[in-house]
Amino acid sequence: METSQNKTSNPSLFTPGKMPAEMPIGTRSTSLDERMVNMSGLQTKGIHAWFGSHHVLEDISLDFPSNTVTGLIGPSGCGKSTFLRMLNRMHEFIPSASMAGEVFLDGEEIYAADVDVAAIRLQVGMVFQKPNPFPSMTIAENVLAGIKLANIKVKDKDSLLEECLTRAGLWKEVKDRLKLSGASLSGGQQQRLCIARALAVKPKVLLMDEPCSALDPGSTLKIEDTIHELSDTITVVIVTHNMQQAARVSDYCAFFLSDGHPGRIVEADRTDVVFTSPKDQRTADYVQGRFG
Amino acid sequence: MAIAIDSGTASSIERRKISEKRSLGDRVFRRGVTAGALTSFVVMCFIAALLFFRGFEIFRAFGLDFVTTSTWDAADGTIENAKFGVAAMLVGSIVTAVIAMVVAFPFVVASALFLEFYASKKLKFILVSILDLMAAIPSIIYGLWGYLVLMPLAAGWAATINKYLGWIPIFGVEVENFDASPFVSGLVLALMILPIAMSVTREVYSRAPLDQIQAAYALGGSRWGAIRAVVLPFGRSGLVGGMLLGLGRALGETIAVLLTLNLVFEVKFQILASAGGSVASLIASRIGEATPLELKALMAAGLVLFVLTLLVNFGASSIVARAERRVQ
Amino acid sequence: MSVALGAAVSPGRPWLNRRRSFREASAPVAVALVLAAVANLVTGLAGLLGFYLAFVIFFAATSLVFGLRHDKVKAIDKFATAFVVVGFATAFIPWVSILVTLAQKGWPAIYGGYFTNDMSVTGADDDLGMGGLSHAIMGTFLILLVASVIAIPLGILTAAYITEIRGRLSGFVRVMVQSMSGVPSVVAGLFIYATVVSRYQFSGVAGALALAILMLPTIARTAEEVLKLVPEEIRSASYALGASQMATTFRIILPSARSGLITASMLGIARVAGETAPLLLTSFYSAIFSRKLTGEPLASLPMYVFQNFTVGTEHALTRAWGGAFVLLSLILSLFILARFVGGRTNK
Repeated sequence: METSQNKTSNPSLFTPGKMPAEMPIGTRSTSLDERMVNMSGLQTKGIHAWFGSHHVLEDISLDFPSNTVTGLIGPSGCGKSTFLRMLNRMHEFIPSASMAGEVFLDGEEIYAADVDVAAIRLQVGMVFQKPNPFPSMTIAENVLAGIKLANIKVKDKDSLLEECLTRAGLWKEVKDRLKLSGASLSGGQQQRLCIARALAVKPKVLLMDEPCSALDPGSTLKIEDTIHELSDTITVVIVTHNMQQAARVSDYCAFFLSDGHPGRIVEADRTDVVFTSPKDQRTADYVQGRFG
Repeated sequence: MAIAIDSGTASSIERRKISEKRSLGDRVFRRGVTAGALTSFVVMCFIAALLFFRGFEIFRAFGLDFVTTSTWDAADGTIENAKFGVAAMLVGSIVTAVIAMVVAFPFVVASALFLEFYASKKLKFILVSILDLMAAIPSIIYGLWGYLVLMPLAAGWAATINKYLGWIPIFGVEVENFDASPFVSGLVLALMILPIAMSVTREVYSRAPLDQIQAAYALGGSRWGAIRAVVLPFGRSGLVGGMLLGLGRALGETIAVLLTLNLVFEVKFQILASAGGSVASLIASRIGEATPLELKALMAAGLVLFVLTLLVNFGASSIVARAERRVQ
Repeated sequence: MSVALGAAVSPGRPWLNRRRSFREASAPVAVALVLAAVANLVTGLAGLLGFYLAFVIFFAATSLVFGLRHDKVKAIDKFATAFVVVGFATAFIPWVSILVTLAQKGWPAIYGGYFTNDMSVTGADDDLGMGGLSHAIMGTFLILLVASVIAIPLGILTAAYITEIRGRLSGFVRVMVQSMSGVPSVVAGLFIYATVVSRYQFSGVAGALALAILMLPTIARTAEEVLKLVPEEIRSASYALGASQMATTFRIILPSARSGLITASMLGIARVAGETAPLLLTSFYSAIFSRKLTGEPLASLPMYVFQNFTVGTEHALTRAWGGAFVLLSLILSLFILARFVGGRTNK
């Protein structure tokens, strides 16, 4: 809690003028659209998603300012994960998927016709719900897998390896066994290995899809620490089911709800506002655990 | 309600065995089905025993010479004058089968990857159905096609290979006759083992963990990047198992080889030359005119083939089974 | 909430750009085709196969070059795609050739009397308007019939042991079936030759026994898969009604898996219908139409093909192709029929 409050009260990041928490719910992002497009960071405009004829997301406009942590919260099946996967174009792996709307990364539309998908995914990294290190590779190879896959030239692989593992909070634990298989680590270590792997290609944004849902509380805390450290240099978007986690790690929160309709944003605001003085009764009910 | 059992007394409680008395009908039924199920075991034992005992005289007379020498001469039908050795046939079987494996390998990998990761769902369905049908083409048709269509072409390819690579011993020839060589036979066998090897490999590839494939894509990997990082390492043992199953088929293939290979009783490694060997084809080609003694020698050869294919198949299926277990 | 736009949007798939991906895929193909045509005319890569070989080489090269316009990763990806696609396509060429050759060379042998005459008064090299393979069809039918009568019940019993009795030997039985399926067909023939033929005579029954050995594992394995699909609840329901295991198996389980078992049997038959080597050692060949399963050799389609092939003259070879054509048509129809029956169960 303490760190979270430190963050949100940091005036250099969130001056009241820039983030008007008192604006009506749902209009915050649209009202900032013009300014946001020129800003660095990640913005979405009027995102919709379908699976076949099933409309799962409706009109999601959000912005993720650089070097902040945004939590996406809401009950299961409200489309948070789908939304997250649209931010690095993983949505299109499902054959029946379709979409509408726009996603901007540093002002560039990532769904534009001439965009190189691989380049987008290099800039927007992802950590999945279940730790998925490549079992055929060693710990070191896992971290450097992205470098190899994208054929990026790196002068000093050893220092990159150390840097990424340190940032993921894993260096001390594995520095003596870098040659071991990635599968030999515990679940929590594997997930941090996956974070290190995602960091090695120097993404601007890191998407995390319930990264702690398969982990024990100890590992969860370590990963939350890692997220804090990362947010100095990287934009993090994290989907979580865990209210306390959202409160602990995020600067902003967006509450998704489907409620029989396609998933929508009920409320998106600074995390302290969402948790302490939500504008919408449903948000209040959800964050206080009355449903979901 | 108080729970009376604590850890101290739990060990003293005797667990009841659940027993049942089956009706007479059910007991007969169970015996009958069990007996039926053991047919395969009985038949396998019979085959092994029969081949062994019929060939016993040969094994006793020739010992290890039977598998290390290459003379096949029934002479006057007495064991004193006759000479039987299957070395050339055994080596020939293996050489031909290995050629088939080497030729088939890249096509197996490419086809399995194509069907699993490149073809659309609809195309895949159609192609897999066609491939199943191709697996049903009988070997006599492969032999016919191999002899009349492929051999003239393949002899030309062999001549070209010999011309440029003839200095490598296995591509050299003594006489410039490239028909009915292990190379031609190997090509036909490669085609015959393709469907089985491909379907086993494809099956294992299709179980490559999706989350890891997605992780590779999410790192900015290309399709080939994801295949190399995840699918190929994951499917390695499945590929080996599939190829070994194909090897087992190739070793036991008779008619297609009989039609496309010139059987010569001499151990040779010149794969382009018109001389080769095959234990299975030897049996089929000699049995018509065999004397009782030669028949015994053929039984012994049959046992050698039986054991060899059994070993290869066991190896193959245990590798495939392990690959499949690892997934679950 | 800003949902007013909702009605105006329509689903799109910006990642699918058919025109662009078509252009990207076809450019290297087109260039390779042109280069291959040139190579076909000026170098030794003549003929259709030469053209194809040249095309494959140039296609791999152009894929690499076109990919290099982006970067090295794209180039390798395109090259790999070329390898995979060409590898698959190349594997299909021989099969197409087999089917085309069969139709082309087999067709001249086929005429009205081909299916009603035998070869008792016709030599293999006689004109094509004479003789036929009625004896071979009858022989194959009889041999397969007897083989089925032996192998299908045993195969289903084997499967039922594993799925219904679930005895201690299940694993062992499965391994045995597995290894039996690897027995080379000529060894099965040799076995029957030694036990039956050497004592009596070449005969249809001997051929059927050899084919039954080869058929059993296919049927047992396919039937096991089929019986496994019968839901456990059906078994429980039957036992809960007080039915005996025998009644459950014969009245409930097997009937409910009927079409799957028929498919399994037909696949087993199709698998052995073209076997030649075991028949060469057991039922051999006769030119005369006969329904006698014992005491004399019996013709069969594969042996008809083999016999005519060994004669080797022009007309005999045409007859061999004709027989092969009929044989493959039979096997493929069995397969398609099996699929059709099996397909209906799945729905």
